[in-house]
Amino acid sequence: MKDIATAPTTAASNPPVQPTEAYYNAGDIVRISATRNVPAPERQLTKLAKLIDVSKCIGCKACQSACIEWNQTHPDVEENVGVYENPHDLTPNMFTLMRFSEWVNPETDDLEWLIRKDGCMHCEDPGCLTACPAPGAIVQYSNGIVDFVQENCIGCGYCLTGCPFNIPRISQVDHKSYKCTLCSDRIAVGQGPACAKACPTQAIVFGTKDDMKAHAAERIEDLKSRGYENAGLYDPAGVGGTHVMYVLHHADKPQIYNDLEEDPRISPIVEGWKGVTKTAGLAVIGLAAIGATLHGLFARGNEVEEHDEQAADTLVKGRDPDDGPHHGGQV
Amino acid sequence: MAPRPYYSERGDHIDSTAPVTVSRYRGFTRANHWLTALCLIVLALSGLALFDPSLYFLTGLFGGGQTTRWLHPIVGVVLFLSFMLLFFKLWRLNMPKPEDTTWVSKIGDVVKGNEDALPELGKYNPGQKFVFWAMTGLIVVLIVTGVLIWQQVVGHMVSIPVRRVAVLLHAISAVLILLVFILHVYAAVWTRGTLRAMTRGTVTGGWAWRHHRKWLREIASRDNKGPAE
Repeated sequence: MKDIATAPTTAASNPPVQPTEAYYNAGDIVRISATRNVPAPERQLTKLAKLIDVSKCIGCKACQSACIEWNQTHPDVEENVGVYENPHDLTPNMFTLMRFSEWVNPETDDLEWLIRKDGCMHCEDPGCLTACPAPGAIVQYSNGIVDFVQENCIGCGYCLTGCPFNIPRISQVDHKSYKCTLCSDRIAVGQGPACAKACPTQAIVFGTKDDMKAHAAERIEDLKSRGYENAGLYDPAGVGGTHVMYVLHHADKPQIYNDLEEDPRISPIVEGWKGVTKTAGLAVIGLAAIGATLHGLFARGNEVEEHDEQAADTLVKGRDPDDGPHHGGQV
Repeated sequence: MAPRPYYSERGDHIDSTAPVTVSRYRGFTRANHWLTALCLIVLALSGLALFDPSLYFLTGLFGGGQTTRWLHPIVGVVLFLSFMLLFFKLWRLNMPKPEDTTWVSKIGDVVKGNEDALPELGKYNPGQKFVFWAMTGLIVVLIVTGVLIWQQVVGHMVSIPVRRVAVLLHAISAVLILLVFILHVYAAVWTRGTLRAMTRGTVTGGWAWRHHRKWLREIASRDNKGPAE
């Protein structure tokens, strides 16, 4: 019999020699797309998080390679168009992407090379899950992982419409949506995410959300002591916090990191669409359909009467029915 | 060639005289109408399936979620093309006429079926014209917004803010077009003798006299000018 894995608290540890059972499963799901009344799990898993320290990233793309290897994806070989991003964007086969930007700091006139590892942020309040119409295609576990279940995905692209970070990508091959899983399959057996494991500078670290916040606080203090006054943690409250967080040296200007959202939240348009439009729309259609059916069945219809037929007959014979006496049957 | 008739189509004619029946729609228009109707029903069922989880079971009618997802927009394009044909055939007689104002102001008499109090009308009453123009406008909004959110075709070319607006407008227009559809079916059933115009293509003389008297007068006077039967 296999032992049950323990929740990972770091990505640095090596896998156990003995095979282990997953420590969490479908019973730990707290939210399911297009599903009302998900039963509350019996336990609350410790919240996990990946912390990406942008100030420590050297842009080596080991995280991308590790992601490709672990998830067995096959990104296309693309043309070099003179930029560092490779591939050019997130794709159904590339769940994480180093985005490079060259920014001139107006205060110091220094060129700063900002490299942000883009990918799913694993929002506490996930817009993709809110927008998804397919039951069970997107789930959220109580440890914070938001996972796509491809066998239930219908490929409509609504997840992308709902996502505040422009992350999911829909395959034109199998018409299903893909994104970072936070290596949920590794975490379940006590291993940290592949990208964090591969990162040579430990710019990517992984553990409980509390540990990661504490670690971030130390890093921010260090950055501040080096003159980065506005260093800070990116854990946006608009989406309830995220389970992938950044340490930014310029946390007051997230947009300089390749348009990182300043105040991400589920768009009010998406909320209006999935909220009042749906509820009110269905109610109005339902009432109209029922009302029309009942009225159609029980109310008296607008019947053509005998004198109408006679009038038509007179008209067709070449006389004007209105010229004759006006009582029905006499024309 | 005779001048363009004002209240009727050239093809509308007295079909028989004993009893009087009037040809209202020929075969092609009827087929065109029913193709559009079939598309609208398929679109409503597949669209509602993706609109609310409680209706997701409707995807079963089409063979699952993936099939519903690709079928819906294709049927949408067929409906759009089919409705375009119908539009170009019907738009002229659906233009507003002065008597429409009077008809609308006496809407109470319309609902009571008190037709003696209403003005004489051409081929369409203002209610029918409303359905026609509402369908036209909503179909245009639905096809434009639908293409913008057609993942399989437009892929990632449409920006996300545009998609969000498009998907919301698509949902609102879909709700409205279903209300117009319900009104259309209800009115066709409530006004007895109407359905046969779209099945057999003819209506009784009495129906034409009661509901579309100017239309009937124009056809009768035209047909009377020809050689006697």
